[in-house]
Amino acid sequence: MEKPLTQHISFNRPAFHLKDYERVGGYEAFRKCLTLPPAEITALVQESDLKGRGGAGFNTGMKWSFVPMTGDYRHKYLIANADEMEPGTFKDRMLMEGNPHQLLEGMMIAAYAIQADISYVFLRWAYRKAARLLDRAIAEAYEAGYLGSNIRKSGYGLEMYLHTGVGRYICGEETALLNALEGKRATPRSKPPFPQISGLFGQPTIVNNVETLCNLPPLLNNGPDWYKSLSRGQDAGTKLYGVSGHVKKPGLWELPMGTPMEELLQDYAGGMQDGYQFRGALPGGASTDFLVHQHMSVALDYQSVAAAGSRLGTGTMIVLDDRTCPVGFVHNLEHFFAQESCGWCTPCREGLPWTEKILHSIEEGRGSPYDLELLSTHCQQLGPGHTFCALAPGAMEPLQSVLKYFREDFENHITYHRCPWRH
Amino acid sequence: MADISIDNIPYTVAEGKNLLEVCLSLGIKLPYFCWHPAMGSVGACRQCAVTVFKDVNDTRGRLMMACMEPVRDGLYISVNNASARAFRAQNIEWLMTNHPHDCAICDEGGACHLQDMTVLTGHAYRKYNYPKRTHLNQNLGPLIHHEMNRCIQCYRCVRYYKEYAGGRDLDVFAAHDLVYFGRAHEGNLENEFSGNLTEVCPTGVFTDKTLRQHYTRKWDMTMAPSICPHCSLGCNVIAGERYGSLRQITNRHNPFVNGYFLCDRGRYGYDFSNQPQRIPEPLIDNVVATPEILFNKLSEIVINNKLIGIGSPRASLEANFALRQLVGVENFYQSLSEPETELTKKILAINQSGTIHTPSMADIERTDAVLILGEDPTNSAPRLALSLRQALRNQPLEEAESIRVPSWNDAALREKIQDQSGPLYIAYPRSTKLDDLATHTNHLAPNAIADWAFALAQLLEQPDSPPASLSNQNHADLMAIAQTLKRSKRPLIVSGMSLFNEQILQAAYRIALALNKQDQKTDLALILPESNSTGLALLQAPSIEKAFSRASNESIDGVLVLEQDLYRQFPLEKVDGFLSRIEHLIVIDQIHHGTTSKATIVLPSTTFAESSGTLVNSEGRGQRYYAVFVPGSEAIRPAWSWLNDLRQIKGGLQVEELDQHPDLLSELIELLPEFAGLDRVGPKPGYLIHEQKIPREPHRFSGRTAMSAHLTISEPKPPVDTHSPYGFTMEGYRGLPPAPLAPYYWAPSWNSGQAVNQYQQDFNGELKENFYGFRLFPGPVQTPVSWSAEQPENISNGDIELVPFVHIFGSEWLSSLSPGIASLAPKPYLALSVLEATRYGLEPDIEAKLQIGAKTFTLTVQIHPEMPEGIAGIPYQIMGLTGIEWPSFGKINPETS
Repeated sequence: MEKPLTQHISFNRPAFHLKDYERVGGYEAFRKCLTLPPAEITALVQESDLKGRGGAGFNTGMKWSFVPMTGDYRHKYLIANADEMEPGTFKDRMLMEGNPHQLLEGMMIAAYAIQADISYVFLRWAYRKAARLLDRAIAEAYEAGYLGSNIRKSGYGLEMYLHTGVGRYICGEETALLNALEGKRATPRSKPPFPQISGLFGQPTIVNNVETLCNLPPLLNNGPDWYKSLSRGQDAGTKLYGVSGHVKKPGLWELPMGTPMEELLQDYAGGMQDGYQFRGALPGGASTDFLVHQHMSVALDYQSVAAAGSRLGTGTMIVLDDRTCPVGFVHNLEHFFAQESCGWCTPCREGLPWTEKILHSIEEGRGSPYDLELLSTHCQQLGPGHTFCALAPGAMEPLQSVLKYFREDFENHITYHRCPWRH
Repeated sequence: MADISIDNIPYTVAEGKNLLEVCLSLGIKLPYFCWHPAMGSVGACRQCAVTVFKDVNDTRGRLMMACMEPVRDGLYISVNNASARAFRAQNIEWLMTNHPHDCAICDEGGACHLQDMTVLTGHAYRKYNYPKRTHLNQNLGPLIHHEMNRCIQCYRCVRYYKEYAGGRDLDVFAAHDLVYFGRAHEGNLENEFSGNLTEVCPTGVFTDKTLRQHYTRKWDMTMAPSICPHCSLGCNVIAGERYGSLRQITNRHNPFVNGYFLCDRGRYGYDFSNQPQRIPEPLIDNVVATPEILFNKLSEIVINNKLIGIGSPRASLEANFALRQLVGVENFYQSLSEPETELTKKILAINQSGTIHTPSMADIERTDAVLILGEDPTNSAPRLALSLRQALRNQPLEEAESIRVPSWNDAALREKIQDQSGPLYIAYPRSTKLDDLATHTNHLAPNAIADWAFALAQLLEQPDSPPASLSNQNHADLMAIAQTLKRSKRPLIVSGMSLFNEQILQAAYRIALALNKQDQKTDLALILPESNSTGLALLQAPSIEKAFSRASNESIDGVLVLEQDLYRQFPLEKVDGFLSRIEHLIVIDQIHHGTTSKATIVLPSTTFAESSGTLVNSEGRGQRYYAVFVPGSEAIRPAWSWLNDLRQIKGGLQVEELDQHPDLLSELIELLPEFAGLDRVGPKPGYLIHEQKIPREPHRFSGRTAMSAHLTISEPKPPVDTHSPYGFTMEGYRGLPPAPLAPYYWAPSWNSGQAVNQYQQDFNGELKENFYGFRLFPGPVQTPVSWSAEQPENISNGDIELVPFVHIFGSEWLSSLSPGIASLAPKPYLALSVLEATRYGLEPDIEAKLQIGAKTFTLTVQIHPEMPEGIAGIPYQIMGLTGIEWPSFGKINPETS
């Protein structure tokens, strides 16, 4: 089984320096790119069906293709979204701490494809180790002439900067990230115009997730057909899958796209810990709908998970077991989302704290049957299109599914005026 | 045009606008918060949700925010379907989770957009059972009250304050449901347009602090359309009264003049009319006179005596004209010095000449490159500075057209243009608030500004023979400025008379003429000092100094001074000398001052809110203001009314025969061709709608029968208004009058000022009927402007040249009597460059003496590193620094002998 994303990652040794990375074929793909017309790279990536790994799953090449390639622009920007803050998600961290140069090379390829002259890594502040490694890697890349002006005498130039955020979940939303990077409040922007047209400082910009970018060097080296062949499911490539919760071996694995949920849970995560029963799982971070027993055979790719009523999201699963209260579980999540609302639009700013308060009162045994109605109303009225960005609709995904699959637990809280899991 | 369907009703509307704006102009009551007609859409509040269907067959549709949806042909939407209505009600319910139930004690109550929108959506019963979040409030200064708990986080305040008005000290802090709008630290709001926050805020977070001193609900106020009397721009305002005192000024939308915004001087300057210095009764030798004694005394003075009259640039056209007719044209002077008279004459000549376009503020917002010569508009014509800020976005916005974003998509356009600003060049002796936007600033002494501007004019007139005297750097700068101005599509030159320098004016005119060639339309905006400076100039009277010299040569029996304090304008000894030669001094004014204290007879006149009248603004737009109320004392009368009486008394009429309502405007128009058409400033006397007058009082006016019950138990007969379209009571036409005639904005379901949208067909555009004033420029006879070759004489005698710095707060007399404004006025200071300060051995914040003529002032030293040497700046006509003739020279720390 090929593991193009993690093949050079080993936590038994320090992460590769540039020289080590070059020795195993690093920067070959970027050097090759420099000889190709940018449009060819975009077409190739589009053909490979690489989908954005940040959660939305949009075709990466197509995203790039909206960047204007003619016209006079002060700058074009390529940004690596490394603000990984989705609860339960730690995949980008592994990639950056494991092999920062692969991210850098991916960024260079993407930047070249859209002819960006400036690139940023927007990194979550808490990823201190990644910050140190990226700083070092960027310095090495400048020294080796992969960054700066006229790279390898190609005439193409690219600057790269590391920017660490201040720890707001909303900065993972690409337009809020842009505002934060500009030094403004991290509130999302309305689209259109899309960042490809008017992004950072009003200039054409692409924001790609770290995992997406790390796919690019192997993809460019081996071609779209190879890339598609890696997958077992309906979407191309490999995917970093993570599992957290009361499983025997919580962790992170690079597996073919479309690996079924059961296989991931049993073969890789080792099944549930003794004394714990599986009740459900959020397949791709906190802002996805629960999958339950009946979904065990669902292939974990974008289309199949969507067909099962959830989203692949970041591909990092949080498992709910029978010894954890689902009300408390989802209350914890809603507390996070309410706190991370940027405060720009009404439904999210006011609606999320309300759901959090309702869940808290149900968990404390002070809920009423009417509260369930209120929660349902919120799930409906905080849906996509109602709010300014996807934060609140995402926050409603675990809530609406927990109400669907575990309604009885909510009713028990209300009927017995206490949490059955607490004594 | 686009054919669209709203709730199955077809409409044909303009394409490209946003759906919210279109719905509102169709009279559809779609609630909104964050959208503002002048600030566009950002989609934050989510209140204007509608359902957009793909086509007739689509039954589900999608919820969309109307403010973010461009109108296009075939759009098929529903405002009133169940899902859109449920969401809008839910959205209000969310807002209400934290909004306090304090409407009854909230200043906004009854005129609150949030109340209106809440009722519109139908949300009535709260389901939220948890505590509300609370905030601490801040003291934001004397003008604005802050109450953050009421905030619904629509972000309008910061968008307005920071982005529209260029303020820096109001911001949004924190996140999620703790978002806070305020200053980093408590303190006065620094922006000169902060008062608009009270109207921009849809609820009671920012309210009028001066109104709190004499609080009155909107429904209890008697209101009328008025014109701001505090500068030469003539912003349109609504003035409200209760119990005989003026309570509040709010914006009145005039698409050509002030749009949706006022400056703080205009909004808060009104309180002068409630001050104890008001003159309540006629006085003869400082003793209250009965009508009979007064009549006899006035008869004695005006009949068979040689009188001269001094007109005023802050008195109405009617009053000045009545005075002119009373004393005769040969005896009519204006209360301006010789240099001021010459300057206003020149400005008038330029505006009348037809050689260059005089822009309205709406025109100014369409210009794309600005050159300011010798003016600090933020202080001398504040509202114009706000328009300049918008104009400077035009060039970058044009470049942003490539992203194909509609002009109302505010956030996207601001993102695209970032902090880019169109070309702005400023030449002024010190830094100004607009410097932050300037491409190039030149801090020069007045004469140097003129020289610099002449060089630029020559470069524009004769690009091949540049002026020889310039240094290379100056030459390069000027070349760049000339090129940019030439390239712009619609350049604007702003100048005026604040520095009392005719050369600057001449240079500004030459530059404008040089640019105004070919297909480039150029605007020249010339700022004047007072609300009716233009109107008075049009009457073409000689300066008061001519009267001074006449008085020393021939005997004059009496002088009539109209609404002006001569001691404020001229040195004590000069005025004393003049008045000592006069037997009878009659002063007509609203407020006591130095000149009234010397008067034989003082006649109390009404303020702008207590009478009707006509003012001509700097753009030549004649505008009419209407009495809001009749003053409590019958003895307080419009100046024109006093003067007209005197005319009739002079003509031999007795008290009972006097015509109380002369049609002075018609008489004026008949007599002087410059005023032709001015009767179109408003509807003719006797204008009725459906045979009814427009009521000054809203339909919910309360307490009418009880208001004066402590004086008399029978309700007094309300005053009758025979010469305006308005009635003084709540009776009359209850529909919406034409927008320009609206005495207040109030429409069914719209109780707040946002009701203005119900009066408009088209936001920011032409409204339903046109009574938005009448422009007198260019004049009927258009003569080219000529300049004498005479250079200004240097009269320095080794003294330092003084430069008057005009201040928005303090330089204009009436507003400076309002306590709120007075507290913001600067203390007398002496502004010097580092070099001059060193020369005189002065340091910041120490006191220095400044001797001007016979008078010595004590001033606090300020050091302005950007100022040029050879000049010293002092604040113009602020309290304690009056009686100085301009241009002026002075001695700093003179040696006492």
